[in-house]
This record gives sequence, C-alpha cells and structure tokens, in this order.
Amino acid sequence: MAGPVGTRPAPGGDLPEHPDRLWRNPAPKASYDVIVVGGGGHGLATAYYLAKNHGITNVAVLERGWLAGGNMARNTTIIRSNYLWDESAGIYEHSLKLWESLEQELDYPILFSQRGVLNLAHSLQDVRDSVRRVHANRLNGVDAEWLTPAQVKEVCPIVNISPDVRYPVHGATYQPRAGIAKHDYVAWGYARAADALGVDLIQHCEVQGLQISNGRVTGVHTNLGTIGAGKVALSAAGHTSVVAATAGIDLPLQSHPLQALVSELLEPVHPTVVMSNAVHVYVSQAHKGELVMGAGIDTWNGYGQRGAFHIIERQMSAALELFPVFARAHVLRTWGGIVDVTPDASPIVGLAPVENLYLNCGWGTGGFKATPGVGWCYAHTVAHGEPHPLNAPFSLERFVSGALVDEHGAAAVAH
Amino acid sequence: MMLIPCPWCGPRDESEFHYGGQAGVAYPADPAALSDEEWAKYLFFRDNPKGPFRERWSHSAGCRRWFNLVRDTVTNEVLS
Repeated sequence: MAGPVGTRPAPGGDLPEHPDRLWRNPAPKASYDVIVVGGGGHGLATAYYLAKNHGITNVAVLERGWLAGGNMARNTTIIRSNYLWDESAGIYEHSLKLWESLEQELDYPILFSQRGVLNLAHSLQDVRDSVRRVHANRLNGVDAEWLTPAQVKEVCPIVNISPDVRYPVHGATYQPRAGIAKHDYVAWGYARAADALGVDLIQHCEVQGLQISNGRVTGVHTNLGTIGAGKVALSAAGHTSVVAATAGIDLPLQSHPLQALVSELLEPVHPTVVMSNAVHVYVSQAHKGELVMGAGIDTWNGYGQRGAFHIIERQMSAALELFPVFARAHVLRTWGGIVDVTPDASPIVGLAPVENLYLNCGWGTGGFKATPGVGWCYAHTVAHGEPHPLNAPFSLERFVSGALVDEHGAAAVAH
Repeated sequence: MMLIPCPWCGPRDESEFHYGGQAGVAYPADPAALSDEEWAKYLFFRDNPKGPFRERWSHSAGCRRWFNLVRDTVTNEVLS
C-alpha cells in the first residue's frame, strides 16, 4: 500500500462492484390499486401474494423506516404451529406448510432449518395442558409428541432435567417440523420477488393519515404527499393503533415492548428450539452460532422499542437454570420491538369499519412464524373483499360477538 | 428500568410496581342497559396512544396503593 499519495486508489476504490440491488427504489405513483401500510414481513408477503396469487400488481408497500427494520428484524425467528385451538392451528399450520417450500417459491435462500421445538412443562398443570395440546395438534394434522424428561434430554442434551431446581422439567411437547429461519433473508426474498412482479416498495414513506370520503378509504396522506388507493391494507404491527386513530378507528390493541438478546458466537451446542412458558424464556442457536433468547413483554404500554433491564435479568436467570452450560456465555446485544397485543392473544385479520380498508394486526409476540400464511390469507382478503376461510375467525367483530380465540396460555408460550 | 414516583413512598424502582393500564375507565353506570357493542368497548377497547398516556400503577411491593400517572409511552418520561 506504500507509494506516493497521488497513485493510491481512492478509499474503497479497490473494492469489488456493489452487488445487484434486490429491488428498485421507486418514487410513489399518484395512486395504486392497493396500498399496503408497513414494509415488514407481513406487508411484503401480502404484496407478493397479491401479485402472485391474485394478479394485482399495481401495489405499493409504504414503509416509514427501512424495509423490514421493525419487528421483522427484531424477532427470535421461531417457526411452529403447535397451537391449541382449531382456528390457530389452521392458519399457523398453513403457514408452516408454506415455509417448507418457501425457498423454492421465492428462489432465495432463507436458511429454514426444521430443528424442532420443545415446549417444556414444569408443573402438573403444565403437563396436563401440554398433553391436551399434543392431542389437539394431532387431531388438526399438526405433528406433536409428548416427551418424558429423559427424551427431552435426548433431543437437547444441554437441558438441565435434574429434579432439584425451582422449576424442574417434567416433560415437553415436541414439534419436529418446527424450526427457525433467517428473518432478514425472508424479508429480502419476499421483497425481491414482489418487486420483480411490479410491486413498488417505498421506504421512508410514513403514513400520517387515511383519506376517507363517504365512509370509504380513498388514499393515504404521507410525508411524500397524498397517494390514492383503491384499497388500503394495514400491516403496521405495533403502530397500527396510531394509523387507525387518524381515521377515528378504535382497535382492541395495546402496544408493548418485547425484548430479545443474543450471546457472542459459540460452537454449536443447542440442536433445537426450547421454550418455557413458566420460566418465560425461549432459546435457539442461530446458524452463525449466537444464542438467541426472547423474554415476555414489558407490562406497560410503550412505543420506545426498548424495555426494562429487570426483564432481561429475569430471562437470563431462567435460561441459566435450564441451561447451566450457558453460565460463561456473554450477552452481546439486547433490543426491543413493539408488539401489538389483543385481549385474547390472537390476531385481527380481516375487514375494518371503513370500506376498502383492511386490518392485519394484533399478532403480539408471534407474528414472524405466520409471515407466509398471513401474507397468503390477507392478500386473499384484500383481493376478494372478504376474509379467507383461515382468517375468518380472526375478525374484529369477535370482540363484540364474544367468539374469542383465547390463546392466552394455550399457545404454548405466554403472550 | 423506570423510576416511578409513588405519591406515598417517593421514587422507587419499576420492579416494585404492577401496571394497571389506562386510567379512568369507569364501570358502566347501568350495566343491564348496555348493547353488545358497548360491552365490547368497556371490556376490550383501551386507548393506545404514542405519547402521553394517563395510566394506573400499583405499588404492589411497597405500600400496595393504586395511583394514576401520566407517562410518555415513547420516552417513558413521567409527565405528572
């Protein structure tokens, strides 16, 4: 590198060419047939299936930050479908089936690894609930097994199954087809494929209001001006209440911080995914080697994308009791996302009180795994103006009719 | 962790408190007269603002009393 200053290449000048962009970066058109509000996983998947399954390509995805920089970049990437109720099993299992061929569908690597998930039981009631869920899963065609502590140890040798701890492992449910995927790649795969079908992905475009005339949505007001729309599909996760409020629409949502963390990179030690409802931690090891752990939500409402440290502390102590081998591992990074939680811990996917406006929200702590499934069903809902059979139970009206899908405590993990 | 000003005990760590959600949600005066929509509003719908929020807290590991607070949901700053 020595030599006269004038003969040196400019800084960075000896680097290879920038790789091809995965999507265009278009300016918004005056109007679209469908505007999807929110460029996270759900929004991108919805746009993709609108174009792919329904031939609706005059579509824009508006993202106030950068593509997939919200909860899509902040989740713990766990994918499973072992939910108790028929309604939940329906949509999550549909999603899991789509995950199984998503790499081929998008022609993009997503590192989907079906390494299974263990949901631990720590009390007699846990055992009863878990066995019940295993039977319910099987009746719904979802793979599920009940494992004894010894079998748990076979699947995941680093789990502490000794009986002398505060929350001993009495067994676990096991879903072998569950797993993890690389969340960023999933978003990029959907974004690239949607873009190729003609969808405009518009970043740094914040929806500040909904344009409504005669009880019908006709467009959105943004920092880049007003954009007309035949239909508007909200997919804004923790900020859904804020967008809906601009149109005077109340939703049964509360936004909370949800925290997660990663350790430094470690040798492969953790072959599966372990979740524990009772001690409130879920752990997997990412492809690169970092342990990925999530906690429960911070109890208070918050939009600050960060939570309290004592939640992390509690989560760490739970993880250490389950995995004594982690005692010397260091926390590398913690972060928070904003999750929108409904009273019954099930999502709202369907029609809104305003015509041509659609709702996809309330996924709480469990939205990532649903990405392909909800994209598929929500696109159908928007295209046809009526819910897909798999998301019909998740209507906003259920809070009036009382037909709740109560997954609190039934979903294998607390929300 | 937030430092929450209990009106009786002074500023204490957040971990001593229990969150109670939106403040000022009154039990319906005439419950029997409510429509299904009105019941749904009362049971399931709460404000969810980005910014100042009037909410309830209980000092459950201290004096055990409930009180109201206005907190900014973005910055966690206690406003009153």
